[in-house]
Amino acid sequence: MNLLILRLIVNRLALALVSLLVVSAVVFTITALLPGDAAQAQLGQEATAESLKALREQMGLNVPAHLRYWEWLSGMVKGNPGLSVVTHTPVADMISSRLPNSVKLAAITAAIAVPLALALGIASAMWRGSWFDRIASSGAVAVVSVPEFLVATLAVLIFAVELRWLPALSYSSSVDSIGQMLRAFAMPVLSLCCVTMAQMMRMTRAAVVDQLRAPYIEMVKLKGASPTRMVLAHALPNAIGPIANAVALSMSYLLGGVIIVETIFNYPGIASLMVDGVSQRDMPLVQTCAMLFCAVYLLLVTLADICSIVANPRLRHR
Amino acid sequence: MSTLTPTAAEPAPRARRRLPSMSWPGLLGLAVLLAWMLAALVGPSLMGQDGSDMGTGDVFARISAQHWLGTDYLGRDMLARVIEGARYTVGVALIATLAASSTGTVLALLAASSAPWLDGTLSRAIDTLTSIPSKMLALIMVAAFGSSLPMLILTAAIIYVPGAYRIARSLAVNINAMDYVVVARTRGEGRLYIMLQEILPNIINPMLADLGLRFVYVVLLLASLSFLGLGVQPPAADWGSLVRENIGALPTGGAAIIAPALAIASLTIAVNLLIDNLPGRAAREGGVH
Repeated sequence: MNLLILRLIVNRLALALVSLLVVSAVVFTITALLPGDAAQAQLGQEATAESLKALREQMGLNVPAHLRYWEWLSGMVKGNPGLSVVTHTPVADMISSRLPNSVKLAAITAAIAVPLALALGIASAMWRGSWFDRIASSGAVAVVSVPEFLVATLAVLIFAVELRWLPALSYSSSVDSIGQMLRAFAMPVLSLCCVTMAQMMRMTRAAVVDQLRAPYIEMVKLKGASPTRMVLAHALPNAIGPIANAVALSMSYLLGGVIIVETIFNYPGIASLMVDGVSQRDMPLVQTCAMLFCAVYLLLVTLADICSIVANPRLRHR
Repeated sequence: MSTLTPTAAEPAPRARRRLPSMSWPGLLGLAVLLAWMLAALVGPSLMGQDGSDMGTGDVFARISAQHWLGTDYLGRDMLARVIEGARYTVGVALIATLAASSTGTVLALLAASSAPWLDGTLSRAIDTLTSIPSKMLALIMVAAFGSSLPMLILTAAIIYVPGAYRIARSLAVNINAMDYVVVARTRGEGRLYIMLQEILPNIINPMLADLGLRFVYVVLLLASLSFLGLGVQPPAADWGSLVRENIGALPTGGAAIIAPALAIASLTIAVNLLIDNLPGRAAREGGVH
């Protein structure tokens, strides 16, 4: 670790913070400013001028936009994003009751998908052009080019309906034993794994194949190293940057997948909370969930960039 | 959205690339794509059965001579529903993709041929849009403005402008540095001439391949939105909503849920096959032209 790397990382973090600030402004503009008068929408056509004025004051709509944005943002940062319009409970409470579920789902998925995808990606790069590579690669293309809900629906069809191994569209909140937990998580995790692994595998394979085309691999071949040694000891250390990048980026695809998967399996996580919020037009809830997702997304993308900075040997040995 | 281009096929040998013909997977992709477009254009008028006809009231019927794909949760003919759905899925996605790609290309041409400050500002502004995940942006837009068809088209178009802009700009900047563009500029040609006559013809091929990829993304996004019940609203239905409507057929594994699901998969995989086997495929890697 040297000063140059440190400076690059600090720059990247600062950039991420600025992006998050701009994103918050975009989210606020789209959800709070552009749709028009929220008080009018809530009261409908027959609203009298007085009741409109009263509600506007109550909702704080008579304050100029930049002050409202400031108020909203500081509330977000302090962890107090306000009350839900539909249930009139604090949004923070609704989210904190659901958040652990989503984190659990994502953690289990990552723990399974990352090692498996890396192994598959490296293996298919090693045996480029073999039947294994062809099956794995075309499988990955097929999964990437169909929507997530299709993967999940097919998984239900195969594992719950045809084979009857797992329960279909159910989630029990009382998880007592490990067996029950496995059954409850199996379908959502399976679907999410398919979606994220496909991307990760393709990117890992591309990174390793890219290294295998480099001139130094020719040298390794000439000195008589075995193919396994060539990939694991020579190509892989050089591909670690792009691979770490791929892992972090694929984890950000998980965010998109989780929205669909939680809804299909009726899983009480934060994404299904947000989808409910969107269909009920519960703006404070939608805004908070959106900011949470965007923050995690930016974090993952920034992490991906930092991985490639740290793994770049040209920067390390200067 | 940052996506790596697939590395599935090894580059074709030079001699084969000159042939105008495509390999069979490409032709298959083209055929399926054309079939769905045809179905979207003229399908509903050719169908004997109306998609809104409840018929005998037999719900989730099996495949039969009368109902080739069975019936849905209200006893409507599934084949008619899928063909009507093609109009929404293919039509809406096509319009949104064309809007996104052309806006992206025009902005990129403007950025490449303009002063550095304009280029910088435009690129920064568009980069910010990409730091919101696509599904999240779609959910926010739907929450704020509802999900009428024009809004869905606009939402999908806005989400996919940045991707098209990035690719078009990186291509256009390379072309902009070419000698013939410098010559044209020295000759005193205006900015519009340089954009449209010098740069555009050289980036149009890779942009068309990119259009295909972007079309797939838009189809997937809209289908996912409809599946969540936030896209095309009933009684109209695209393929995503058809899967949602007929989720009740899942336990029995009925044709009502498999048919729309297969329709989506066949469309997106067909477009992928077509792009991967385009005659000048190197164009897709970007820059090589």
